[in-house]
Amino acid sequence: MTAQSQAVALLQDGVAKLHPAWLADLKAAAGSDKSRVSDSELNDQTREFLQLMAQASRNGLPDIDSEAGAPLRRFLETLSRSRAAQGATSSQTATFVFSLKRSIFAALRTALANDSRGLADETWAVSELLDRLGLFTVVSFQKSRESIIERQREEMLELSTPVVKLWDGVLALPMIGTLDSARTQVVMESLLQRIVETGSAIAILDITGVPTVDTLVAQHLLKTVTAIRLMGADCIISGVRPQIAQTIVHLGIDLEGITTKATLADALALAFKRSGFTVTKTGS
Amino acid sequence: MERIPILRIGEFLLVTIQVDMHDQLAMNLQDDLSSRIQTTGARGVLLDISGLDMVDSFMGRMIANISALSRVLDATTVVVGMQPAVAITLVELGMTLPGVRTALNAELGMQMLSSAVASEESADGGHRTG
Repeated sequence: MTAQSQAVALLQDGVAKLHPAWLADLKAAAGSDKSRVSDSELNDQTREFLQLMAQASRNGLPDIDSEAGAPLRRFLETLSRSRAAQGATSSQTATFVFSLKRSIFAALRTALANDSRGLADETWAVSELLDRLGLFTVVSFQKSRESIIERQREEMLELSTPVVKLWDGVLALPMIGTLDSARTQVVMESLLQRIVETGSAIAILDITGVPTVDTLVAQHLLKTVTAIRLMGADCIISGVRPQIAQTIVHLGIDLEGITTKATLADALALAFKRSGFTVTKTGS
Repeated sequence: MERIPILRIGEFLLVTIQVDMHDQLAMNLQDDLSSRIQTTGARGVLLDISGLDMVDSFMGRMIANISALSRVLDATTVVVGMQPAVAITLVELGMTLPGVRTALNAELGMQMLSSAVASEESADGGHRTG
């Protein structure tokens, strides 16, 4: 057990024995690619990590899954989250842990210069520990990246479905981006809900911002129009661009019974006409 | 036996569904409504389903049936107040209810009935004189 205690002793006094060498390694590794982490921040992070390692290895090499490893896990999760938010890659994030190997191995080699068996055992134990810590870092990095993506997706979903009131009894929904089933569902629900709330008899679906129309998108549009009709309101589709009109014809999509207009302005003019409004220009 | 009340307003009949529909209730409504149209000679039926928040394909067919049978008995049907969830469900079930007139609320539905009946009468009148 004397061999094991060398690594443990090293980690227990890590801040003093390992910190300068590790920091130098980290800076060297970060030198090649643009570092987004400031030197002082890196200094604090490495110091804190080594302090937590020292605490965790009070009773031998820490097991990161155990209760003793909990502060270490929390620290690595926070680190991964901040790196993910800063836009670092997963390998850059994992390098934080893996770069510690070099300084530990160097220190072990000096301490166990005459005991090659012990050196190999210790190296293996430390290597295993650091690998697990590194993998944990990568996993939490990935988790935080996924949560960021998920949040952005939800925000986009909300952003993309604004129902605007153009006039008394006239609603408009400018659709932007690709229409898939999930989005159509949200769009349909929010539009129908607003129709009930405002008692609007006319709804304009503006598809200027929809990049492509295929049979699936057309089917979604048809469903929305039918649902609006079932509720007792009228629907006008506007913003049909020339390419989209050609695509619709080429695909043989039947838009029979649906009013389509080239621009939102045309659709609004039609809505005014249907609800009995006239727009006149005053003055000279 | 449970029944949905059918109210007469002038030359129109008003049917308001405010309870959860089950199949027998729907069948009874169809029977009652067809006989009431026949006895009263009503020209229009206003079917208010704003209280209906769940539908299945049977209920969708009932709405289509009521509309079709009143058409045969020379009455126009307007379905009013369909909830968004109900509309989405019917569309997803593939029941687009072609030929069924719809309106947002009872007031607009009444207007629609009046104008539909008026235009029919003028068309009939024109046919006879012409």
